[in-house]
Amino acid sequence: MKLKRILLAAAAASVLSGGAAVADSTGITDTSIKIGNTNPYSGPASAYSVIGKAISAYFKELNTQGGINGRTIEFISLDDGYSPPRTVQQVRKLVEKEKIAFLFQSLGTPTNSAIHKYMNQKKVPQLFVATGASKWGQPEKYPWTMGFQPTYDVEGEIYAKYVLENVENPKIAVLFQNDDYGKDYRDGFLRGLGDKKDLIVSMLPYETTDPTVDSQILALKDSGANVFVNISIPKFAAQAIRKACEIDWKPLHLLNNVSSSVSATLKPAGLECSKDLITAQWMKDPTDPQWKGTAGYQEWSAWMDKNLPDADRGDVNYGLGYNVSKLLHHVLDNCEDMTRAGIMACAANVKDLELPMVLPGILVNTSPTDFYPIQAAQLSKFDGEKWALFGSVIDATK
Amino acid sequence: MDLFLQLTLAGLAIGSIYACVALAVVMIYQATDHFNFAQGEMAMFSTFVAWALFQATGSIWLAFVLAVAASFIAGIIIERVIVKPVESAPVFNQIIVFIGLLMIFNNLAGWFWEHTTKTLPSLFPEDMGFESTLISSHNLGVIVFTLALLLVVFLFFKFTKVGLAMKAAAANPDSARLVGVSVGWMLALGWGLASAIGAVGGVLVAPIVFLEPNMMSGVLLYGFAGALFGGVNSPGGAVAGGLIVGVLENWARQYVPGGSELGLTFALVLIVGVLMFKPAGLFGRVVVKRV
Amino acid sequence: MIRPNALTPKLVLSFGALVVLGCIVPLIVEDYDSYQITVAFSYGIAILGLNILTGYNGQFSIGHSAFFAIGAYTAAIMITHFGWHPYATLPFVAIAAFMVGFLFGFPALRLEGLYLALATFALAVATPQILKVDALEEWTGGVQGLFFDKPDPIMGGMSIDQSLYYVTWIVFVVLMALTWALLHSRSGRAIMAIRDNPIAASTMGINTALYKTTTFGISAMFAGLGGAFFAFANAFVSPDTFNFFIAVYLLVGSVVGGIVSIPGALLGGLFYVFGQEYAEEVSNLSELIPPPWVTFGIFLILMMYFAPFGIWGLIERGMARLKRPSSS
Repeated sequence: MKLKRILLAAAAASVLSGGAAVADSTGITDTSIKIGNTNPYSGPASAYSVIGKAISAYFKELNTQGGINGRTIEFISLDDGYSPPRTVQQVRKLVEKEKIAFLFQSLGTPTNSAIHKYMNQKKVPQLFVATGASKWGQPEKYPWTMGFQPTYDVEGEIYAKYVLENVENPKIAVLFQNDDYGKDYRDGFLRGLGDKKDLIVSMLPYETTDPTVDSQILALKDSGANVFVNISIPKFAAQAIRKACEIDWKPLHLLNNVSSSVSATLKPAGLECSKDLITAQWMKDPTDPQWKGTAGYQEWSAWMDKNLPDADRGDVNYGLGYNVSKLLHHVLDNCEDMTRAGIMACAANVKDLELPMVLPGILVNTSPTDFYPIQAAQLSKFDGEKWALFGSVIDATK
Repeated sequence: MDLFLQLTLAGLAIGSIYACVALAVVMIYQATDHFNFAQGEMAMFSTFVAWALFQATGSIWLAFVLAVAASFIAGIIIERVIVKPVESAPVFNQIIVFIGLLMIFNNLAGWFWEHTTKTLPSLFPEDMGFESTLISSHNLGVIVFTLALLLVVFLFFKFTKVGLAMKAAAANPDSARLVGVSVGWMLALGWGLASAIGAVGGVLVAPIVFLEPNMMSGVLLYGFAGALFGGVNSPGGAVAGGLIVGVLENWARQYVPGGSELGLTFALVLIVGVLMFKPAGLFGRVVVKRV
Repeated sequence: MIRPNALTPKLVLSFGALVVLGCIVPLIVEDYDSYQITVAFSYGIAILGLNILTGYNGQFSIGHSAFFAIGAYTAAIMITHFGWHPYATLPFVAIAAFMVGFLFGFPALRLEGLYLALATFALAVATPQILKVDALEEWTGGVQGLFFDKPDPIMGGMSIDQSLYYVTWIVFVVLMALTWALLHSRSGRAIMAIRDNPIAASTMGINTALYKTTTFGISAMFAGLGGAFFAFANAFVSPDTFNFFIAVYLLVGSVVGGIVSIPGALLGGLFYVFGQEYAEEVSNLSELIPPPWVTFGIFLILMMYFAPFGIWGLIERGMARLKRPSSS
């Protein structure tokens, strides 16, 4: 036992003295790459676990075609139940026991926050996290963590600007989920308002344990607002839309992108009630007929037929899982230096990449100083049947 | 004033859902002397069954009746197979069995039907012959339905032979056995009825909160609070308790400073506060203990 | 009436062996395992508190996640806002959790059985909401919570995880010994007399109110200490971590380990962490096997059939059986 420890210590010392010259290629061999992931397969956020399922299916198919540059992908996706301490446990298991090369698309803001420091201390890439919080793009402070989708606060800002430019005498009501995600959106919206924060007449939180948001909607209506910013996940968004409709409240209703799915939110709420909702989109809604003819949609659709024939096609998250898998595929495919640091560098060097289920005109771009791969969106209005894009693509980086 | 009325009515509507759950909880409590923590998840599972049947048959009422009947039978089977072995075990062991059931039902539902929110149509026609922004037809239907259900339960326990036998079996198993009541089967029947009532609650709540595996977790909590608030040995009290909890929370959110963040907390503090002065609940009987 | 074992040479010996065994573990396993067992210990410490309250004093609680959270947050606030060394916060954690538990014990006096369960349950449900309140955000970090570094190794040559393991283990062992001593004292007999027959106990001149509230305080103190170690092991606290499921898991761990026992707390903590892990592995064997929590649920129910007094009950029964043939 003692001997083993001494040997280990010696090995550790040699790595240290060897310095940066020894590149860390843990989890990568000439024939395989080990990739880790956590997803909420149980618990309150389970609806998002289809992303994990889609990614698993993607790599499974890819392996039957020979993997990436002769390397098969071993994708290990573990359940964290959306509970941060459980994420810590599972991710440590992935890094220390399974010896993964990197972590990919682990889901959730509180969950990723819990391992943010750990991943960077261990120098293991935490790539393309499945959350829109703004903290994932800080290359100088956290060089091993990179985001994926447009951030919540940028989206919030887009809504604020829209309201200021298009509504006369706005009186704004805000509903938000009382957690990281909800507050990120809310703060982005507040920042977008600038010095006009007093336009907000009412701002109410809800908890995911609340059975309904009915009472919040009643109170928001009572505030006399003519603009309603709805920052909630699909189930509560649907409740809010329906309740507003029931009590005949017809403000300018801005719905956060997280809940823009027609099948998960608008159909349950009632399509008639959902008319004139406005959201900022960056992905193609799979139920939207206008995309049926595009090459990207057909590629995704054929892939779904082959790999996930029983899945609910209306769920936008299958498209998201497909998109992000494509992105990683692209990054690894074009990467010479297959080490942890090398992969991180490759991920930070994506230029004008088109993804099949992302809106036309929105491209993936990263650089060593830009860790936000997708940072554009387009406003869209629901016409009772489908989302109709309007205006131009708004790029937050410009 | 309009807001007050709306909040109150919305509180009553959601409160009637809590009342339904509370009623099911009280049923089990009367029949077995214990709280079934899996009640909510069982109701959620029944609702998924109703949803599946609705997809198959296209008739919500048919699906509803079939699901309630299936839940009744399933409740009896669960009692006979899973709960019976721990019948005489300590309270904690039974609680753990209930928690086990909760985990099983919650995760099985996700496994079978996935986690995306699903819509179950309302049992009630959209057009109830009046126009009001104060309360929706479904919410009104829920309130009426729950009260009707309470009446049925009341009549059942008061006037039917089986109902009386069930009460006797729970209140004094030994004497009941002496007069020929099959205590074991009465317990099973209690479970069957409770899970049937739970199924009714689930089908009523689904159009309001939408159907997904965690649909009942929030509702159950309020249901329990309602049951205890009203009194665990009084079905009428449970219904009243559920309604009061629903209204109270809505008021607390709106009218108590800081209530928007802590609505639930205030409601719970109030309930616990009341219980300290009326330990058997508002409408419950104090059970005298013999030393 | 279940009483803890009497002080015999054998008890001292086996306890000593347990302590030594616990000390050897981190030397032979990887850091990750040490970390995982540390988490199990942190649950175990809280479960020990629950065992004292529920198993020995007869008071229900499905709200111990609240005290767990108070411990974790007290430690985290002292570390991040005042720069205290993590271990130096422990006495304050103990005091804070004891005070809150003691105070909560007063309303608890008026409530029994299910009603006490509801009151504690309410406490557990309200905890995340309270931790998120805007007015306290400056201290609690609001919805994000607080992040800090794990305590440095107490000795050179140790890894951070090993060091934390040892500290947690030592505290756990000391608490187990203290619990044993408490239960064997006059006070301990009073605590159990109240559980067995409260009316008789008060006629014998036991101040039941004082004993019950104090027991509540002690139990909360243990839960708080467990929470602090839980926070150290994960290096952060956040409000949604301390949801009422933690309270439920603590109760599950307590009953499965053996609610009226001291070693049951250790077993319960280990069961909670490793039972979950095991269920996950079983479910991963085939796509036809239901998800982990279903497996875990089935396992819980089977446990209750075959080990009604928990794992410790099984062990005791096994030992009794071993003893019989040799004495005959």
